[in-house]
Amino acid sequence: MADKILNKIYVKVWRQNSAKAKGRFETYTVENISQGNSFLEMIDILNDQLILGGKDPIAFDHDCREGICGMCSLYINGHAHGPDTLVTTCQLHMRKFSEGQTITVEPWRVGAFPVIKDVMVDRTAFEKIQQAGGFVSVNTGGVPDGNTIPISQDDAEEAMDAAACIGCGACAATCKNSSAMLFLAAKVSQFAKLPQGQVEAKRRAKAMYAKMDELGFGGCTNTGACELACPKSISIAHIARLNREYLKAKIAD
Amino acid sequence: MSILNSKIPEGSISEKWSNHKANIKVVSPANKRKLEVIVIGTGLAGASAAASLSELGYNVKAFCYQDSPRRAHSIAAQGGINAAKNYQNDNDSVYRLFYDTIKGGDYRSREANVHRLAEVSPNIIDQCVAQGVPFAREYGGLLSNRSFGGVLVSRTFYARGQTGQQLLLGAYSALNRQIAEGGVKMYTRHEMIDLVTIDGKARGIIARDMVTGEIKPFGAHAVVIASGGYGNVFFLSTNAMGCNASASWVCYKKGAFFANPCYVQIHPTCIPVHGSQQSKLTLMSESLRNDGRVWAPKKQEDAEKLRKGLIGPNDIADEDRDFYLERRYPSYGNLVPRDVASRAAKERCDAGFGVNSEGKAVYLDFKYAIERLGRHTIEKRYGNLFQMYEKITDTDPYKEPMQIYPAIHYTMGGTWVDYNLMTTIPGLYALGEANFSDHGANRLGASALMQGLADGYFVLPYTIGDYLAGEIMVPKIDTNRPEFIEAEKSATAKLEKLFNIKGKTPVDHFHKKLGHIMWEYVGMARNAEGLTKAIQEIQELRVEFYKDLLVPGELKNVNPELEKAGRVADFIELGELLARDALNRNESCGGHFREESSTEEGEAKRDDENFAYVAAWEFKGVDAEPVLHKEELVFETIHLTQRSYK
Repeated sequence: MADKILNKIYVKVWRQNSAKAKGRFETYTVENISQGNSFLEMIDILNDQLILGGKDPIAFDHDCREGICGMCSLYINGHAHGPDTLVTTCQLHMRKFSEGQTITVEPWRVGAFPVIKDVMVDRTAFEKIQQAGGFVSVNTGGVPDGNTIPISQDDAEEAMDAAACIGCGACAATCKNSSAMLFLAAKVSQFAKLPQGQVEAKRRAKAMYAKMDELGFGGCTNTGACELACPKSISIAHIARLNREYLKAKIAD
Repeated sequence: MSILNSKIPEGSISEKWSNHKANIKVVSPANKRKLEVIVIGTGLAGASAAASLSELGYNVKAFCYQDSPRRAHSIAAQGGINAAKNYQNDNDSVYRLFYDTIKGGDYRSREANVHRLAEVSPNIIDQCVAQGVPFAREYGGLLSNRSFGGVLVSRTFYARGQTGQQLLLGAYSALNRQIAEGGVKMYTRHEMIDLVTIDGKARGIIARDMVTGEIKPFGAHAVVIASGGYGNVFFLSTNAMGCNASASWVCYKKGAFFANPCYVQIHPTCIPVHGSQQSKLTLMSESLRNDGRVWAPKKQEDAEKLRKGLIGPNDIADEDRDFYLERRYPSYGNLVPRDVASRAAKERCDAGFGVNSEGKAVYLDFKYAIERLGRHTIEKRYGNLFQMYEKITDTDPYKEPMQIYPAIHYTMGGTWVDYNLMTTIPGLYALGEANFSDHGANRLGASALMQGLADGYFVLPYTIGDYLAGEIMVPKIDTNRPEFIEAEKSATAKLEKLFNIKGKTPVDHFHKKLGHIMWEYVGMARNAEGLTKAIQEIQELRVEFYKDLLVPGELKNVNPELEKAGRVADFIELGELLARDALNRNESCGGHFREESSTEEGEAKRDDENFAYVAAWEFKGVDAEPVLHKEELVFETIHLTQRSYK
């Protein structure tokens, strides 16, 4: 099956030279793109064109290009990771676009994720949330045999559903409140479903929650937009579990 | 007599690690607080090492080029992690894992290192479970296993098709805890540009802040390289776009020997290349070969029709399908090791039985497994992989077999290390894919995760003490010393040189050209003529690169093109060494296939008499030939035989 060729498309992209600089949209014409190409391959081609034309290429985050590292983070035509479902930007293919279309490319617009350059943002805030309690406090060595901690298949599966989070930030970028609740919930819920997570459950829920608020992410108003934007389809049921964990911890105070 | 001292401990194979641990020095807690260690890379090896060293009390500075340690490419490993737990009661043992790994590596790895790897493997699973890694479970709540290529037992632990992700997030969580406690200072978006040595010892690095472009010195009592492999020298590979060998390469140029660069793993089940603008290749996990059957058409005319798109794979009757792995290797069937499966696919395609428009693809079919187990079971086992395949190819693998073809995936070669994982530069260590020691000429599936975590959790934290015990009187390293000033200057000069060429060709063009040379002459089948040609063409490419490279943007700002230019400059040099090593090794072993050395049936033929050694190369200058040092491989426990999976 040969892929169709898009003769001409227009890419309207956010350009901003540094965190402090003023940004603006620029529109570029890209020709001859195979629909079998990934979206980022199209950006590669555009960048090559810009470099050869003596211009600065578009800076964007990307790495594994197979949807797992969570580095890519483009807001395309009003959707985090573009118009396809259950994919990251790097897994989006040009067959989702049509001849002559204008494609608008923006960075994540979240106060806690300042722009570094063009469509590349700083997600250090997510790191800080994880550092606040996204771990089980065990040192290397001296742990019991893996099979001494039996875990029901259902619990393990549910923990895995939550643990599948890739930390890309699409949830916060999509949320009208710029809330990081789904990101936070994914970690808290993973540990809430596992016996290993119980010992520190209260401290974890409170500390991660407080850190998220401190970093300027908004509150959750249950619109569910994050779940739809999540490339790993992490359910907002995990937010419900996070809230339970948080409430339990607060009541125990 | 070789100048290489591998420091393999005395005693029988099963006593060596215990003996060694009993004999090496230990640093007191009070002294650990005074010592600093730099760790480059935050994949499984780097993150586990950084976290474990910090837990012990050392002051750690960790570096990664991504915006978070969680993004290191270990995250993309799909299938699983091996461990000699024998939970399945199928007669697995430390010895069997050791034996399988030595055999799988085609008898080109160091026995003592591999045995240690097998010994610590069960501890890794326990550690990960304790961290909350959600491994797959049986109904009774105990850990589940699956099979992988090259073995006859079921010892692979997994978390759906995202095992690497879950293990890395486990190590990342341990690292985060240490960052929060202040034991690890994390430097994201920082790239190592040079290694600093003082009086011959590794004492720090020079790094570029990838946001500001600033060049910064960092001092430490020891430096650990855990920056992964060099698969991207081929341009197209399953590695992430940013994966690079520059940290290892600057160490090589500062005197760390580089071992067995020609051992490159070509993974049999990747999504085939389409067109000429592709940026990377995507792996389909080896675990799929548990249930998928690999085939090509039996008849040439069917293959031709498939290539033209006149018929589909489902139009071909079972009796017209050639399940060539089951045919050639009845005892291992679809689960032969990767190198064997890759060559078999190439053989079929070269013979004219390839099935995509380029004639470079075979089928991996789940029809039979779905008939046997039902779609639901297959979905549960491989759902995310099937989804990934469909998103990329627009074809539903539940209905039509996957098209697959081999691609560069992993590099067994790397920086030479002794039993302590120390390189030939005192105080410089190499872990995980960055070193060479455990996988010989071919790595078995689900063993990369095992090795990365073994090195970081359970080997380095012990062995580094033996060196650092001698450094406790050394004060905090002063980065104002002339060695640092000098290294900073040369790092700046290196970047300025690339930036100021101002030629006409962007870096990707050179990278693609290099990849083309590598795949053509140094890929799945190699011969003396092609390799000689490759060396010459790579040298010409290097000249052209420094004449015509175009790096846009600014030095002191975010500049991905400058980053790539630095990496590709190193890849060009590394590619040449890889070809040299392949030329020197006139035998076939594991992933290294020399056409001059094959059996009548086309299988790889080893030459133990002349090549049972590790080839460790010493840098002598970019334009000078490197010097080969040989570490003889002594097999005290395992008897060398021609590998057979028939």
